[in-house]
Amino acid sequence: MSKHPALVEWEEKVLKKALDKAPEQRKEFKTGSGLPAERVAMPEEIEQKYLDKLGFPGQFPYTRGVQPTMYRGRFWTMRQYAGFSTAEESNKRYRYLLEQGTTGLSVAFDLPTQIGYDSDHPMSRGEVGKVGVAIDSLADMEVLFDSIPLDKVSTSMTINAPAAVLFAMYVAVAEKQGVKPEQINGTIQNDVLKEYVARGTYIFPPRPSLRLTTDIFAWCAKNAPKFNTISISGYHIREAGSTAVQEIAFTLADGIAYVKAATEAGLDVDVFGKRLSFFFNASSDLLEEVAKFRAARRLWAKIMKERFGAKTPQSQMLRFHTQTAGYTLTAQQCDNNIVRVALQALASVLGGTQSLHTNSRDEALALPTEDSVRVALRTQQIIANESGVTNTVDPLAGSYYVEALTDRIEQEASELIAKIDEMGGMIPAIEAGFVQRQIEDAAYTYQSQIESGDRVIVGVNKFQIAEKAAPPVFRVDASVGEAQVQRTRKLRENRDNARVSSALEALEGAARGSDNLMPLILDAVRSYATLGEVCGVLRKVFGEYSDLKSR
Amino acid sequence: MSTQQCGRVLIGKPGLDGHDRGAKFIARALRDEGFEVIYTGIRRTPEEIAAAAVQEDVDVVGLSLLSGAHNELFPAVLDELKKAEAGDIPVIGGGVIPAEDIPGLKEKGVREVFTPGTPVKDILAVFHAAANEHRKKR
Amino acid sequence: MNLHQPAELLAAVRARNPRAIGRAISLVEDGAPAAEALLDLLDREALPAVVTVGITGPGGAGKSTLTQQLIGHYRGLGRRVGVVAIDPSSPISGGALLGDRIRMMRHATDGEVVVRSMATRGRIGGLCASAGAAVRLMAYAGCDPVIIETVGVGQAEIDVVRLADLTLLVMAPGLGDDIQAMKAGLVELADVLVVNKCDNPGAEALAMDMEQVARERDRLLRRTCATEGRGIAELAEGLETALAKSSESGELARRRQRSREAEVLDWALEMMRPRLSSLLRDNGPVRGDPRLAARNLLERLCRSAADLSNGISKEST
Repeated sequence: MSKHPALVEWEEKVLKKALDKAPEQRKEFKTGSGLPAERVAMPEEIEQKYLDKLGFPGQFPYTRGVQPTMYRGRFWTMRQYAGFSTAEESNKRYRYLLEQGTTGLSVAFDLPTQIGYDSDHPMSRGEVGKVGVAIDSLADMEVLFDSIPLDKVSTSMTINAPAAVLFAMYVAVAEKQGVKPEQINGTIQNDVLKEYVARGTYIFPPRPSLRLTTDIFAWCAKNAPKFNTISISGYHIREAGSTAVQEIAFTLADGIAYVKAATEAGLDVDVFGKRLSFFFNASSDLLEEVAKFRAARRLWAKIMKERFGAKTPQSQMLRFHTQTAGYTLTAQQCDNNIVRVALQALASVLGGTQSLHTNSRDEALALPTEDSVRVALRTQQIIANESGVTNTVDPLAGSYYVEALTDRIEQEASELIAKIDEMGGMIPAIEAGFVQRQIEDAAYTYQSQIESGDRVIVGVNKFQIAEKAAPPVFRVDASVGEAQVQRTRKLRENRDNARVSSALEALEGAARGSDNLMPLILDAVRSYATLGEVCGVLRKVFGEYSDLKSR
Repeated sequence: MSTQQCGRVLIGKPGLDGHDRGAKFIARALRDEGFEVIYTGIRRTPEEIAAAAVQEDVDVVGLSLLSGAHNELFPAVLDELKKAEAGDIPVIGGGVIPAEDIPGLKEKGVREVFTPGTPVKDILAVFHAAANEHRKKR
Repeated sequence: MNLHQPAELLAAVRARNPRAIGRAISLVEDGAPAAEALLDLLDREALPAVVTVGITGPGGAGKSTLTQQLIGHYRGLGRRVGVVAIDPSSPISGGALLGDRIRMMRHATDGEVVVRSMATRGRIGGLCASAGAAVRLMAYAGCDPVIIETVGVGQAEIDVVRLADLTLLVMAPGLGDDIQAMKAGLVELADVLVVNKCDNPGAEALAMDMEQVARERDRLLRRTCATEGRGIAELAEGLETALAKSSESGELARRRQRSREAEVLDWALEMMRPRLSSLLRDNGPVRGDPRLAARNLLERLCRSAADLSNGISKEST
């Protein structure tokens, strides 16, 4: 029987190009006992239905993955997110990590920074340095990246509502090092829509927030083309209690809103589209999660191609980072969490993730110890090197169950997206409380099932044991906050305050108009205006968003 | 008018963390139990929570916090209630709170502190008891 | 301050003590024995005639955001504002999630803004009585205007909004069938129509649609984008205009009279209900036609009218 022409075309165009560019990790891939492992297992007879639904890896609709060789070429990036109290402490840790051969940093900011408050703001009380590093001004950012060459490292920053300000500080630190914006690379989360429905660190109402987002897209397209301008996140939506279908539907609907805003601002979908990335949750129902990732890829590719007319493969591909589900971790018998994390990590690998953070066993109690962080990382390494699932691309394709689930999730998510379209898109749906209510209802159902015993959580509502008191926990020293407050007060005394005022005034004027705000924010942070001052100006012009009622 | 109700409860989220899954679940569970529940939304100051509790004349205040700022913010809510002549309103706390912090919080006047994994019926029982006690004094 | 002493409590309400205002409203809402004495005392006071604004509309239209913005507007004018926010009680548990407060938390520490959430408590009557008393207590505590906000889904809520001097109907695009259902009945009641979320797709079509309705019925129409505070000043101005017009034509006086009557009726029904129940119980098992039995019951109640008023004064001591 001759090969299907579509397969021949894929082999000659897509696969060959990939292999020429980067060879696979081995010449031959074998199972644990020595049988050959196929690169991409396929049905005996390739039919049109197969081509429409699954196709080949690295080719539309990307159901089977975004690269033709997947992990045979390169494993996913094992990236662990971490947060520290002060810029000095974090800088020390980053430098240590870089000495150990890491090339990517992942910065966790404290809550006041994430909400655009300086450390001495009344709202910051008790929160400074608690869940990440406190950054009030360029001076702190300079310390954070002291002696770290920003042309060489890639930095991922979990920052949303004030992303433009923190990103501007990053650019300004690079400038001081003599590094041009076009040389920097990394990712900012910059996904404010999910903050309204799930994560809570919003500042401004949706529309001005979206303006800031598209200003960043536009500025980066011109000045920092290597920087990933957004990480559209379903992770927190799932953590807030959504189902797998809702996670996909709401995340892609957020994506649609960003792409729409950017195209309306005159940006080219095939340029900024390549810089969109996603962030999903990997929960415990292994096969449903695998199906979820595959469905998300197929759905997004169709959306980009059919709705927005994206032509280049890179702008149709859904590339994503995964983190295992924090909400499934239990404080009871916490070693059991290692097993949960392993299953969840396996799901994300079988689903074709580009990078992965594995949670630590003790995270339901407090910040993880070094030992448990190591076990979490080893879990990824065992999957990569011992499990054999990396030897073949999309190993679960063709399973009746997995394919049916993939179709079902895609269909239900499409229906939910259609409902959101009917409401006028994601912003109206959020403003009407539709998305929040869906998530709340799902969370309530889930918790009620646990309460009734209908859903078994091992160690919590079944198989309990009497446990000894919890171990001592990690604490951030209270003096950290006080020191940071003093530092920022001193900065305000010693800088050129006339320059700060004029930069802030210029920003306010521009915010009332429609110019791209990035250059003005850059000027302001260069003058050592603080994060709180810059956001304060924007708060004045844009107003503040407040929580919707829950019903 | 109807007097056979369980009472009025305010569920507050002091501090800056946006993790309201637990707070919202408790709010709903209290509603389904027959309480009238006022939820403040996330990111509230102790002053705001106390002021709302007073205006709404609630029988119990429930606080949820996951960012680690509980040692500072729970007592701050108690102080604000006292300042507003409402120190008699019982306060119940919940969230990711290390066991070693609980005695200190109780000493300062928090009536009970719940950590993840507590069955909801235990939590509801404490709300009932606190509300009944408070209503009797009315 | 002694919250148990009606005279002292009412004096504290007048002195604008938040704890006293909150407690006084609770007593009335719960029909507590002390409420009678409190209201008797309140009736002896000269109450200022304050402006009341009713805000209703379907869920998701942005009523509480709009209320929050109106509060901000009136505060900017230096006025002290009261808000009664009404949400439905669960028919199953009797509990309620009173969520409107979230949007007003921005004013939580402003002592010049008095907010009270109220559940419908599944009452046939009584809600108007409770809400009306809350409005009077707020007026006594210096609030003017007082805003009454409800989800306009049930008859009880609509009745409450009709207590107000002016009724504002808030609509938004994208809410689908809800709004069609609302339009039929509520448009008739509203003095001012508001198309909120004026940036959202479909807002223009809705506004044009409503413009026609407004013209036909001689109502004001305003467009707002409440999340960003746009259109609020224009809306407030519209409210002033509508109020002036209503005052001039005598409609305001008629309406105040009508709402007073509605409240009286509500109080009367509310007072009668427990008595009817006890008369019914005293009479043993009901036999025969329920309608006839009801008529007999009412007759017996009338015969004991004197006992009724005695009963009330006994309760208040």
